[in-house]
Amino acid sequence: MSATLSCPHKPRVGLFVTCLVDVFRPTVGFAAVKLLEDAGCTVEVPAAQTCCGQPAYNSGDRADARDLARQVIAAFEDFDYVVVPSGSCGGTIKRHYPHLFDGDPAWQTRAERLSAKTFELVSFLTDVLGVERVIARYPDTVTYHDSCSGLRELGIKSQPRRLLATVADLDLREMAESEVCCGFGGTFCVKYPELSNRMVSEKAAHIQTSEAGTLLAGDLGCLLNMAGKLQREGAAIKVRHIAEVLAGMTDIPAIGEPD
Amino acid sequence: MQVTSQTFKSNASVALRDAALQRALKNLKAGFPGKRAAAIAKLPEFDQLRDAGRDLKNHVLEHLDFYLERFEAKVIEQGGQVHWARDAAEARQIVLDICRSVAARRVTKGKSMISEEIGLNEFLEAHGIQPVETDLGEYIIQLRHEHPSHIIAPAIHLNRDQVADAFHAHHGPYGFTERNENPRALMNEARQVLRQQFLSADVGITGANFCIAETGTTVIVTNEGNGDLTQILPRVHIALASIEKMVPTLEDVSTLTRLLTRSATGQEITVYTTFSSGPRRVEDLDGPEQFHVVLLDNGRSGMLGGEFQDMLRCIRCSACMNHCPVYGAIGGHAYGWVYPGPMGSVLTPQLVGIDAAGQLPNASTFCGRCEEVCPMRIPLPKMMRHWREREFERHLSPAAVRFGLGAWAFFAKRPRLYRIVAGVGAWLLRRLGSRKGRIERLPLAGGWTAWRDLPAPQGRTFQQQWAARQGARS
Repeated sequence: MSATLSCPHKPRVGLFVTCLVDVFRPTVGFAAVKLLEDAGCTVEVPAAQTCCGQPAYNSGDRADARDLARQVIAAFEDFDYVVVPSGSCGGTIKRHYPHLFDGDPAWQTRAERLSAKTFELVSFLTDVLGVERVIARYPDTVTYHDSCSGLRELGIKSQPRRLLATVADLDLREMAESEVCCGFGGTFCVKYPELSNRMVSEKAAHIQTSEAGTLLAGDLGCLLNMAGKLQREGAAIKVRHIAEVLAGMTDIPAIGEPD
Repeated sequence: MQVTSQTFKSNASVALRDAALQRALKNLKAGFPGKRAAAIAKLPEFDQLRDAGRDLKNHVLEHLDFYLERFEAKVIEQGGQVHWARDAAEARQIVLDICRSVAARRVTKGKSMISEEIGLNEFLEAHGIQPVETDLGEYIIQLRHEHPSHIIAPAIHLNRDQVADAFHAHHGPYGFTERNENPRALMNEARQVLRQQFLSADVGITGANFCIAETGTTVIVTNEGNGDLTQILPRVHIALASIEKMVPTLEDVSTLTRLLTRSATGQEITVYTTFSSGPRRVEDLDGPEQFHVVLLDNGRSGMLGGEFQDMLRCIRCSACMNHCPVYGAIGGHAYGWVYPGPMGSVLTPQLVGIDAAGQLPNASTFCGRCEEVCPMRIPLPKMMRHWREREFERHLSPAAVRFGLGAWAFFAKRPRLYRIVAGVGAWLLRRLGSRKGRIERLPLAGGWTAWRDLPAPQGRTFQQQWAARQGARS
């Protein structure tokens, strides 16, 4: 893999694994580590991380959200960069942490500093490190879902497609309405299950119409939602996090598939 | 209008199963977003225009008292009258008093969401005055005794055959005895019926898209021409406007109109843009003898200076609901009050109270499409989150949600303990789904597994594996 580093030394990256990757799909974390190390970074994974606090923040529980944000800030502020294999959690740290501390200048300053060096994985590889290609092979047609936070809060749209275009034997086939929400929405999917189901049903229909063999996205929440729906409908479409494909770690079963 | 936002969830459930509504919603999704996108593609400076629109409205809101008073002075200078209404009841009464002062029996109405907000039609009817909606969509739903399901396309929830039924049921007395399904014929029918109403109305009531402080002018942006007939033919014209509709100058209207029409229908400009400045002058060929503007507050002044002030920039284009996947799934009636979609989810709790409308700001995935398309750059998801915070502070969120959140936060704030619990959880879920790689039924997660499988974890958590790997390395 060729990588043009924007800083002269070997960047020290703190990987924020995310709670969903930690529990459901550790492979995504290891794929992130591999991609970052291949690009010349030193990767560390602070043990004092749990969740970015988004569930509390989006439920109106500002106090708990602040406590968790402080925990993340304290654990990660000494790294050169913080990288997150999720646009949603990345967006929370980058776009929302500073606002969380309105009226608390000391923590707000620390939140802003962390925000400035926090990036979603694919955005970090391309926009910061200047990675233009990956060494990986994936012989399938794939379609890519633009997860909402990554797309609208972090401007992630062309970056994943540019890297996917360099994966050998991979054929990208765009689905209709790839920018429309899959209906996951964190706690939304259990608070409003019928609405969520409608949204993910429409998404599943677009995915199937694309006739792709694999669905990719950059957020595990959306992926679990879409995979669960596709599998409930009996669709034979593999679902993976984009990092797995970019890192060439696709010999393990896809999301929701048996060993 | 009765508020039914409390039962949003079951309203939505009914809407999802309403086949006719679902057919109509498909048309909406196929129409508005594409037209908007095409119109904006032709205007490269659209984003600069959005900035200008946002700044303009922010300026107005910072100096709202000044512009309101200036507007009032200018209206009076031109022979018109301004009436200040603190709330819906005052606004209704003002309109009724004006109608009574001219012994009005029939009023024609152009499209006005403020009229819906204050429940004007029911009130006038109860006092022996017949309100006749003249906007085609509004007219259709008035015949059906319904409320608008969309702020610019009030009958968007209906299909052609439902319109044909409504006309067939009501137009017999006007000589239309055959049921007609041809859109052009239906339109002609409505036109002929409404023409008689226009000519016999005593008062015409319209809304106002903008109120120009510089000139004391109200502006309506329409496509059917009914607004003009409503305000020009009767003796009295009443314009209903909420206080945030102020703009400083005529030039500012041009800025906002360019944003409004493109965001709404994808038009560069609507068929009619009508400016009303006072009653008919001696040299005028037509126009009303009296010109009244009712300025409604109804809770809006309470939004100034607070975390919901940005919402007062809204110019009611409907782009947020046209692009909202939740609105697109259930339509407007499920929201349970006048304003549906994302803008309604922010505004309704302010106007009817968070106790009644708490569901609305919760029923969003925060996908952000509404903010992305909002011409006035209103941070709608952020403000829905503010409502959730108010709800949480006041302990209005459901007990199960609070308990679940509290338990989760307890562990999430204790990383060592969390790692153990996460490890156990991953192991357990893995066991449950080991055969298929996924779980089809899970206690306490019925909201998820009723509709979709839950992919099983891979086994040990990332943290467990990472710790083992680090241990092996050192």
